[in-house]
Formats: sequence, C-alpha cells, structure tokens
Amino acid sequence: MGKVWILTRRELSAYFVSPIAYVAMALFLVIAGFFFGLADFRPGAPAAMRSIFDVMMVVLVFILPIVAMRSLAEERRTGTLETLLTAPVTDAQVVVAKFLGCWLFYLAMLAPTAVYVAVLAAFGNPDFGPILSGYVGLALLGALYVGVGLAASALTSNQVIAAVTAFAVLMVLAALAPWIGTAVPPPWRGILLQASVRTHYADFSQGVVDAVHVIYFVAVTLLTLFLTVKILESRRWR
Amino acid sequence: MERMIEVEHLTKWYGRTLALDRVSFSVARGQIVGFLGPNGAGKTTTLRILTGYLPATSGTARVAGRDVLLESLAVRSLIGYMPENMPLYPEMRVEEYLRLRAGLKGVPSARRGAAVDRAVERCRLKDVRRRLIGQLSKGYRQRVGLAEALVADPPVLILDEPTIGLDPAQIQETRRLIRALGEAHTVLLSSHILPEVEKTCSHLVIIAEGRIAAAGSVEELTTGLTSRRQVILEVRPGAAADGPAEMARAIGRLAGVADVRHEPTADGWTRLAVTPSGETDVRDRLHALVVQRGWLLRELRAQAATLEELYVQMTAGEAAARSVA
Repeated sequence: MGKVWILTRRELSAYFVSPIAYVAMALFLVIAGFFFGLADFRPGAPAAMRSIFDVMMVVLVFILPIVAMRSLAEERRTGTLETLLTAPVTDAQVVVAKFLGCWLFYLAMLAPTAVYVAVLAAFGNPDFGPILSGYVGLALLGALYVGVGLAASALTSNQVIAAVTAFAVLMVLAALAPWIGTAVPPPWRGILLQASVRTHYADFSQGVVDAVHVIYFVAVTLLTLFLTVKILESRRWR
Repeated sequence: MERMIEVEHLTKWYGRTLALDRVSFSVARGQIVGFLGPNGAGKTTTLRILTGYLPATSGTARVAGRDVLLESLAVRSLIGYMPENMPLYPEMRVEEYLRLRAGLKGVPSARRGAAVDRAVERCRLKDVRRRLIGQLSKGYRQRVGLAEALVADPPVLILDEPTIGLDPAQIQETRRLIRALGEAHTVLLSSHILPEVEKTCSHLVIIAEGRIAAAGSVEELTTGLTSRRQVILEVRPGAAADGPAEMARAIGRLAGVADVRHEPTADGWTRLAVTPSGETDVRDRLHALVVQRGWLLRELRAQAATLEELYVQMTAGEAAARSVA
C-alpha cells in the first residue's frame, strides 16, 4: 500500500503541472457553470442541482478521456514505463495508483462546484439529500469513466488515440446503449439497458442511492482496472 | 566465485523472429562485464529479461540465485536498471525524482533523504538537484539515470548503453564513475562500441545475431587472438621470374601455413598476408623460403590482431547477411 500511495502522489502532482489537465478542468467548470446558471439557478426553480448532475453524464464523456489519456500512453511513449515496471512494484500496484491519481484529480476538479451549493443555500432553501447523493453519483460515474480512460491509455503510446478510444467506448456505454437497445430483440434489449450507464446513474440525482447502482459502478470500474493490468501484462506474451 | 547473474539457454522469439538463441553466460560478484554486440544483436532483450520487463520464451536467468521469472519482485529490488536512452519524467525535479524512485525501491522514508544525498553526491548532481529534469542537458540526464539506478544501493547494476549520445569528456567521466561503482557493485553494461567497454570492463560477453560469440576476461580474449596472428610480408621476385600467384603458392606449400592472400602494392611490390594454422610461428620459415628463392624482401611482420578486428569479424558476417536480406 505504501508504494501505491507513493505512486499516487506522483500521479497527482504530475496532473497539477500538466497544462492539458488545467484545460480540461477549465472546460469542465465553464460547462458546469453554464448549466448551473441556465437550468438550476433560476427564480422559481427548485433549489437543486439536478440539471448539472444529469448533464455531467454526457459532458464527462468528453472531458475525462482527455484527463486520463496521458497516464499510461505517455509513459509508454517516453519509455518511462520500462523504468516503472522494472521497479519492485507489481503491475496491479501501478494501475491502482494511476487510477487513484486520475480519480483524485477528478474529485479536485469537482470541488469548486461546491460553490454552487453555497450559492443555492444563500438564495434558497436547498434539499441537501439529493445534492449529496448526486455527488456520490458523480464520484462513481467519474471512477468508471477514468477506468475506461486508463484502459484505453494502456493500449497505445499515442495520447490522442487513447482519448478517442475511451471516448468511443464511453459514448456507447453512456449515450448509445439504450438507443441501440430499442433496435435489437428483447433479451438483448434488457442486457443493453442494464449495461448502460444511464440506467444506473439517473437515480442518484433524485436522491436515491440504490445498492444495485453502486455495485454496477464499482464492478465496471474494477473490470476496467483488471483489463488495464492484463493489457500491461500483454507485453509478456505479445 | 559467487555468481551474481546466471543466464542459461535463454531463447526469445518475437512472433516469428528469433531474438535470442540459447544464450548462456554468467557474471561473478564484483565484476564489471561489458555486454557487447552490434545494434539488434539481442542486448536489450537480454537485459529486459534480466530485469523482469519481458519473459524469455525458454531458458532461465537468475540474479543472486533467484529466478527472474518466479521471484521477479525480489530480483527487481536487487537490480538498479538504467534502460536505453534514460527515460525520465521531465516535469519532476532531480531530487524529487530520486526520492520517488527510492520510495518505489523500498527505501524506508526515514532513510530516503540520505539515500538521495548519497546518489546525488556520487553522480555529482549537487548543482542541479533542484532543477527540472526536462531542462537538463543530456549529460546531466544521463547522470540522473545513473543516480536513479544507484539510489537504493542495489548489489547489481544493469546499464543499457550508458554512454550513448554523450560527448567525449562525459564518456570519460561516466567510465570513471562506472569503474568506481565496480568496487561495491556487480555491473553489467551493454554497448555496441568495443573501445567503450574495453576500457571500463574486466570481462566481455560478445553477442551477435542472438548468440554468444565469445565470452571471457579481456586478457583471455586478447591472448586467444595473438596466437592466431597474421604475418604480412612485402616481396618482389627480383632475379627470379616468379609471378605473385606463384609466390603465394610456394608459401602456401610451407608447413604450418593455412592461408595466403596476395595483392600488388602501388609501387610494384607484392603484399602477402599469411595466416598460420594453429599457433605456429611461421616467420622463420617464410624468411628461409624468401632467401632460398632469391626474392627481394622489404617487410616481414606479425600483425597483432586486436579485439576490434575480432569483434568486427564476428559481427560483420551478420551485417553482410542482413544487407542481402
């Protein structure tokens, strides 16, 4: 665990000196602020953040692949992957640290949106339950997206290819799966619906934290981490 | 002597390409061994197998008696490895990077500062320890790579092309440093340039086309060579009417001569290169023959073959084969 933490800290600090991370962060906050001002912070609207939470499911499909793309692709391109994987750490430790670094950066990116909560509290009487559950949902959603981004980043030494791959996978998972579901016969429809991020994410912003949904996000995230470890290990038999 | 690195029948296929073909060699504790071969001979592949980055297709490799595949983590903590081209994180500061690597290599946090100081001291990085790695010159980056390999004070150092791309002054300095390291560490360093390793290493392992072509101490290899040195002589028929081919044939009939080649010199003499069979010294016989035939002789010398020639000879065949393919 000590080594995972050492690596996680290095990942986090690498994000905070990388311009692309700040660009992604700025983009995220502009979009979040835009939707907050337009949809949530209006006279007569309920003092809630539902629009932000809902729209983030799609917005993050574009932003998190950009945040996650460098994590392994850059190491592969510069050759530091070899230094990293020949140190006495396991591939799994490296992957977990990469994931935590990226996910913690994402949480840091979410932190400024706490201002919206303060604004709502100042001008209205918000219901804090759904806001809290919404943030839990965002944290879980981000973990899954970061996991997909990490797996894509392990595949290639080209950051752009990594980002586009993650984007394509997330697009299907988050946006297209229910729509594709309408075009396929019933048993597949149910499976696609259950595999879709949308199905499991929607409840969080309404104040419901259902164990099934939590398990979905945790399980898919673990699956992506497992895949990432296997992709790293594939150098041994490729 | 205790063997720190043992490689036995290591074979590595990349798809259908055979990169290593039953490679075996060993390195004893405290030796500085040069792993020499042309580009693409399998040096980096071997080093990557030793450091646990790649597995071998078959064969075994052990570091300090531990199998690199079965006890990979234990082996990795015994090795300081500097990969080719010294990959580093450009956005980190020198001491920050060394601290990170010391932590990854299991140096307890209380001792990390001291470990970094020691590595900085050894590699003379004091002036740049607060600088960003990305801003350093190649020479300094290479020293950071070495410091990284040293930081946890591992018993074995594996350095892949440590002097590539450095200027002559930096190369000399690196050589000095590596020789100094040899006192406390076992060092295996790869290179494709012979003079490079000849000056630093006590032992050589020469690899070509994925096979070990020669191995031994520098003296052993050189002695092996002197016994097979060529004799060069420059002659003219003089009063005798022998042509160059005839002279070569006459020499070829002498006992102890394996091969004779002749070529004309620019000023009308004939230069003959005589390769003796085995360890016979044929110079006196050649002289006797020249006198007997009445040829004119202006030069007769034994040409000491150098390691360089041996190395070129061993690796030239491969280069020729490759250019045909």
